[in-house]
Amino acid sequence: MTLTQQKKLKTVLIGSLAWIIALVLFFPIFWMFLTSFKTEAQAIAFPPELFFKPTLENFAIVQERSDYLYHAMNSVVISFGATIIALIIAIPAAYSMAFFPGKRTKDILLWMLSTKMLPSVGVLVPIYLLGRDYGLLDTRTGLIIIFTLMNLPIIVWMLFSYFKDLPKEILEAARMDGATPWTEVTKVVMPLSVGGIISTGLLSIILCWNEAFWSINLTATNAAPLTAMIASYSSPEGLFWAKLSAASTLACAPIIIFGWFCQKQLVQGLTFGAVK
Amino acid sequence: MSYLTINRLQKHYDNYHALRGINLSIEEGEFIVFVGPSGCGKSTLLRTIAGLETSSSGKINLDGQEISELAPAKRDLAMVFQSYALYPHMTVKENLSFALRLAKAPQTEIDEKVRIASTSLQLDTLLERKPKELSGGQRQRVAIGRAIVRQPKVFLFDEPLSNLDAALRVQMRLELARLHKQLGTTMIYVTHDQVEAMTLADRVVILNAGQIEQVGTPLELYRQPKSRFVAEFIGTPKMNLIPIDQIDNQGDRLALSVGGGKTSFPVSRLQEDINTNSTLGIRPEHLALVDSDGDLSGHVELIEHLGSEAYAHVRLSNQQRIIVKAAARSRIKDEQQVHINIDTDEIILLNDSDRVISMIAEETVYD
Repeated sequence: MTLTQQKKLKTVLIGSLAWIIALVLFFPIFWMFLTSFKTEAQAIAFPPELFFKPTLENFAIVQERSDYLYHAMNSVVISFGATIIALIIAIPAAYSMAFFPGKRTKDILLWMLSTKMLPSVGVLVPIYLLGRDYGLLDTRTGLIIIFTLMNLPIIVWMLFSYFKDLPKEILEAARMDGATPWTEVTKVVMPLSVGGIISTGLLSIILCWNEAFWSINLTATNAAPLTAMIASYSSPEGLFWAKLSAASTLACAPIIIFGWFCQKQLVQGLTFGAVK
Repeated sequence: MSYLTINRLQKHYDNYHALRGINLSIEEGEFIVFVGPSGCGKSTLLRTIAGLETSSSGKINLDGQEISELAPAKRDLAMVFQSYALYPHMTVKENLSFALRLAKAPQTEIDEKVRIASTSLQLDTLLERKPKELSGGQRQRVAIGRAIVRQPKVFLFDEPLSNLDAALRVQMRLELARLHKQLGTTMIYVTHDQVEAMTLADRVVILNAGQIEQVGTPLELYRQPKSRFVAEFIGTPKMNLIPIDQIDNQGDRLALSVGGGKTSFPVSRLQEDINTNSTLGIRPEHLALVDSDGDLSGHVELIEHLGSEAYAHVRLSNQQRIIVKAAARSRIKDEQQVHINIDTDEIILLNDSDRVISMIAEETVYD
C-alpha cells in the first residue's frame, strides 16, 4: 500500500467511525420523532414498524390536553431570563478572576465547579422548603433563580477561559488611556469576546431548556416549562408512548432548530480556549 | 528639581525582588533608554512608572507632583506596547481617539488632534481600517499615534520595535528619533537592543538584577564603564577581558603581564590603587594586528568577514581567547600566527570586585 492509499484508508475509517457514533447518538431522537406519528398501538408493536401511515392525532391530543404554546413560553422566559441574569453576574466575576487573580482564584474556580458535582436531589428538600416559604414554587421567578445559580459555575468558567485568552496588553493600553473598570469591560473586554459570550449564553439556554429535575419538582401548572409538560404524559396505566413522543418532539423542536442556526458559535463555545 | 524623579523604588513579587532601590532623575525632554539583559527589571521599572505595576515602596515624582499612588490614566503618561496592543475591534481612527473620547473631549478637538497625529505619522489614508488590515509598521505607527494624541508629559516605550523585521526596525528607529526631535517630549524607552540604546538615547540606564548599574550618555558607557557588567554589556563584539598575571611598577610606568605578553602605561593615569587579581579590559576595535613585535601574540582560530570589517578570534600564547577587529580586506588566514598591539589609551582595569579602577586619559597625562 502506498502512503497516499494509507492516508485515504485512514480518512475513510475515521469518517465511518464518526458517522456510526453520530447515528447512534441521533437514533433515539429519530425514533422519538417516528413514534410521535404512530398510533399508540403501532408505538408498542413488536417488531417495530418502520413503514406506517403517519398520523397527527398525537399532536392534536397534546395541544388539546396541555397548552403547548403556554409551556413553550415558560421555557423561553425561564431559559433566556436565567441566562441573561447569569451572564450579568458572571461577566464581572470572570473579568476579575481573569485579570486580577488573587492567591485563591484557582481554588475558587475549582470550588465553584465542584458544586456541579453534587447530586441535585441532595438539596431538593431544603430548596423546596425555601421555595415554599418565599412563595416561589410554581413560579417562573423561582425557576429562573434556580437555573441562574445552577449554570453560574459553568458560565463563569467558560467566560474566564475566554477572557484569559485576551491579550493583557490591550487592557493595559485601555487603562493607560483612562478606562475605568466599567469602560474596560464594556468597551474592550466584551466587544473582543463577543463570540465567547454568545456561545456561553447559547450553552446556558440549552442547559436551561433541557433541565428537567427542578422543573418537574418545583412547578405544577403555572410555570411548568416544556420538560415538565413532557413528564405529564408518562402515566402509570394505559398506552402513552406515542403521545409522550409527540410531546417530546414538540419540546425538542425549538431548541434543535435554535441550535442548528447557532452551530458555529456552539462548537466554538464547547472547545473554549483550546482553539483560537 | 528634575522633571521625573524616582526615589528608592522597590518592587517585590511573592518571592522575587524585581526592583532593588532604584534612584533616577530625568530631565524634561530627555530621551532615556533602559537597557539590560532579560529579567533585569527594565520592563518592570517602566510598568511601575506607568502605574501598571504597583511599587512596594519608594516614590515617583513627575513635574512636581507625586504620582506613585495615582491610577495609570491620571499620571499623564502614554505607553507604546511591544505587541502594539491596538484595539482590534476599532478602526485606526477609533484607536487614536479612544483616550480622548473617554476623557469626553469635545468632538472638534478630537478630530483636530487625530488629524494632526495621523498626518505626521502618514496614517491619514488608513483611518477607517481595522488593525488586522495593517502591516506591522503601520500598526506600530498607530500605537505611537495613540500615544501622541494624548499629548502626555512622558512617553513610555516597551520594546516597541522588537516585533518588526530588521529593515523596518531601522526605519522606525529613525522615525522615533525624528519624532523626539519634533515633539521634544520626555521619552523613556525600554529595549534589550544596544544599537537602539546607543543611537536613540540622550542617556542610557543600564539595569542588572533589579539595580541600576550605570547611567550615562552612550559614549560614556562605551568609554568609561564603571563595572565589568557594563563593560561587557555595551559593545559588539564584547570587550575582551584578560586577567593580569603580574604588575610591575617601573617608576613612572606601570607594566602589566597579560595573556602571555606585556603592555605598559604611565602610572600617573591611575586615580586609585590597583591590586593583584585585576583584569584588563580592551575592546576588539582597540586591538591591532601587527606584523611583528606586538604586545601580545597568538594564532588565529577563526576569522569572520562581515564585509565592512573582519573579526579575528585569536588564541593567545597563554591559551586565552580574544577577539581582534581587523581590516575588511585583511588577508589573515585561519591558524596563522599573529602579533597584536594594545591601544593603551582605551584600556580599562577591573579590580578583583569587578569595579572599574578610575583612570584618566593618556593625553591628560602628557598635557
